[in-house]
Amino acid sequence: MNYSIIRNILGHVIRFEGIFMTIPILIAFLYREPSGMYFALCALGCILAGTLMVRKEVCNKSFFAKEGFVSVSLCWIVMSLIGALPFILSGAIPSFTDALFEIVSGFTTTGASILRDVESLPKCILFWRSFSHWIGGMGVLVFILAVLPLSGNSQIYLISAESPGPRFGKLVPKLQKTAFVLYAIYFGMTVIEVLLLLLGGMSLFDSLCTSFGTAGTGGFGIYNDSAGSYSPYLQNVITVFMVMFGVNFNFYFLILIRQFRNAFKMEEVRWYLIIFALATILITANLTITYGDLGYHLHHTAFQVASIMTTTGFSTVNFNDWPNFARTIMILLMFIGACAGSTGGGIKVSRFLIYLKTLRKELSVMIHPRSVKIIQSDGKAIEHETVRSVNIFLIAYILIYAISVLLVSFDNFDMVTNFTAIAATINNIGPGLELVGPASNFSIFSDFSKYVLVFDMLAGRLEIFPMLILFAPGTWKK
Amino acid sequence: MNIIIAGCGKVGLTLGEQLVAENHEVTFIDSSQEKLQKVVGMLDVQVLLGNCTVYSTLREAGIEHADLFIAVTNSDEINLLSCLIAKKAANCHTVARVRNPEYNEDIQFIKSELGLSLTINPEWASAVEIARLIQIPSAMEANSFAGNHVNMIRFVIPENSILNNMKIADIGHKYSNKILVCVIERNHEILIPSGDIILKSGDSISVIIPLASVNHICTEIGIDTKPIKNVTIAGGGTISYYLAKLLIRMNVSVKIIELDRKRCEELSSLLPKALIINGDATDSQLLAEEGVSETDAFVALTGFDEENLLLSLHTHKISKAKNIIKINRINFDEVIGELNVGSVIYPKNITTEFITQYVRAMENSMGNSVETLYKLMENKVEALEFKVKDTPGITGIQLQDLELKKNLIICCINRHEKIITPTGRDMILEGDSVIVVTTHLGLKNLCDILI
Repeated sequence: MNYSIIRNILGHVIRFEGIFMTIPILIAFLYREPSGMYFALCALGCILAGTLMVRKEVCNKSFFAKEGFVSVSLCWIVMSLIGALPFILSGAIPSFTDALFEIVSGFTTTGASILRDVESLPKCILFWRSFSHWIGGMGVLVFILAVLPLSGNSQIYLISAESPGPRFGKLVPKLQKTAFVLYAIYFGMTVIEVLLLLLGGMSLFDSLCTSFGTAGTGGFGIYNDSAGSYSPYLQNVITVFMVMFGVNFNFYFLILIRQFRNAFKMEEVRWYLIIFALATILITANLTITYGDLGYHLHHTAFQVASIMTTTGFSTVNFNDWPNFARTIMILLMFIGACAGSTGGGIKVSRFLIYLKTLRKELSVMIHPRSVKIIQSDGKAIEHETVRSVNIFLIAYILIYAISVLLVSFDNFDMVTNFTAIAATINNIGPGLELVGPASNFSIFSDFSKYVLVFDMLAGRLEIFPMLILFAPGTWKK
Repeated sequence: MNIIIAGCGKVGLTLGEQLVAENHEVTFIDSSQEKLQKVVGMLDVQVLLGNCTVYSTLREAGIEHADLFIAVTNSDEINLLSCLIAKKAANCHTVARVRNPEYNEDIQFIKSELGLSLTINPEWASAVEIARLIQIPSAMEANSFAGNHVNMIRFVIPENSILNNMKIADIGHKYSNKILVCVIERNHEILIPSGDIILKSGDSISVIIPLASVNHICTEIGIDTKPIKNVTIAGGGTISYYLAKLLIRMNVSVKIIELDRKRCEELSSLLPKALIINGDATDSQLLAEEGVSETDAFVALTGFDEENLLLSLHTHKISKAKNIIKINRINFDEVIGELNVGSVIYPKNITTEFITQYVRAMENSMGNSVETLYKLMENKVEALEFKVKDTPGITGIQLQDLELKKNLIICCINRHEKIITPTGRDMILEGDSVIVVTTHLGLKNLCDILI
């Protein structure tokens, strides 16, 4: 294990977190809030510590997959620990566990909160919560790669460990340019959403926070009723952008370089949209048959479905009160999640496509024992290694899921609460059902359960393997 | 004409044979002394040992005076490169055999950029022909003219068919001149029919039928015409790949049996919709397991002619499937014709037909050029399509007043996409294309149809 290069990368991450923290200082200054002081303190400390760590010479530049996984997971843990400091220092969230839970929920774009009343918080704290979504959505290491020429040629390990999806595909030959293009698309779409929200009469602060939450598919609301009090126009804008941020970013890149045909040939994006449409239609039908009023239900169903499927977690109505059929569809959507290569979480549509294709292949092999079939996506063969790792991913996912449900059950809540609480955190969604439904929050859990959920959020965001590798004994052996 | 052929493999030889028979001066270039020696023993040609991509070798072969350079070595790259050099050296016409499927995708680009006169892909052409046979299940052989507007199909008249004991002239009346019998093969004898010949069951006849009414008419004649919905292909070579691609486009389900595991994987990623089976196609157990007895058509395309023959005999026994086999190497056409193996495809003949047709067209680029050429009935009959230019003595004269050669029939006149089955009062006009079937081999010009 090459510790010196991991230290160097950590240094970069800490320094950039310091730089990111200067933006809440600005907000605090504008709204004349004393809490800004704590951000200034943290930012200063981060920049100093980070610079010191980066300055120290890297003696060994060898960097491989192992270092990539370990540094990504360590970065996320350290980043969360530091990010929690302003909450604790300012007294907004005095408990360390709660503060950590909140910021991990932010960085992993989960959006699950332990706060009962967010409206009473200082603006700079609210901003930091939402901004953490934006940082975590595309990944902080991707950001660093986009702006800093890091030494060595092995950053592909970093970016592929941090980007969601079964495999990371470069957009352009240069990795740094790929990272830059990704962030440019991300930034551009965020700006467009802010402008559209401003057009709808939202204040600049609100539209920034809401856009960060949408872009990162995070879902921290700045009002107690999440997005419920916004006008239908604003809610529709948010719906559309939630869906858009759940699309594989390669799609936008192909559009930008005018390869429209290839863009619309992307199987994953097509199925993502089909699933979205199908779920919306089914739930709308279910609600309309039960309660009537098609227009109203279509509007809100589209919002809720987009929010859950892209793993954002905003809500306009309390879907916990929906009939069971609709609720079950929502739970299924939680697991499917968004596209690979987007900012969303979940198991990802592309993985499900591979699962279904593997299943079909397996059945075909049973009928024709000697048949040979290569699994393809977008007309290209998926190599056996990828299929295997995707299959193992599911096993690891189920294992962690089961253990988490078991550990959380100590708190003695009902099964639906426990089950959906894990689903909501490991898939980076936010709200679950029953006690953790959209109208409730996660403050009911014990500290122990919260740590379990924190682990689940990180494991879900980094797609399990980078977190598990920290616990593998072989990782730390010389 | 002076013709240089690079490569004397199966195709080179067949081609040389044909061209020598048509009185051309042929020079072979090959890098194998052994092969050249064999050619010298068989044909009246000049041979040269050497590498056909080397300029000095080409010059030694007389490229400056050559009219045509044909590259049919077994490497696409060598063929293309030697054609390019020949073109630059002597500005002669060049023909290259290109068979890599990846090159096939953008063959037009290669052709125009390298200044090739003609490229031929025998595998692709064979696959197209097999696909046509599958499309018309009743046919043993199917050839198309006039850009696929006219089809000549061959079948054997079954017993109890309405054609049994029917006079040729009556067929025309019965089907309002829609079908025309062009060739009859009876006891190994070839007849170009006149109106008063009486058909017998067991005759193998080639007829021109409009594609739209093929299945309808065949049912009436008493030939099974169940459309083919699934096809089993033995062997996963290039022809199989092309064929599967064509069939999948026609919504036919395809099963390919291939021995080599790696090739199976390749095929699977190239043809995601086909079912690829890894196994030995000559294993009767495997064939039974894969339900060959229920398949609509069985195409044997393995690399071994003997295997293909056996497979086809086997499937003929256990199933009602339409059988199609490929024969690459062996030269027992007449024996194979007697076996019950269904339709036989000879890729080397397809290549030869294609190039010969080009050579004949080149020879009289001024006159009425040959558009399409097919060799039928074990090469004893030729069917040719001519593009008609103003030819005094033929154009504008009623057919009954033309003094045509014996054993020659004008089957079809294609006038601006309209297909006319000619009667004695029809005329050939300038701009038409006409299809002629004859046992006089080597017609080059439309004038050759007259005595």
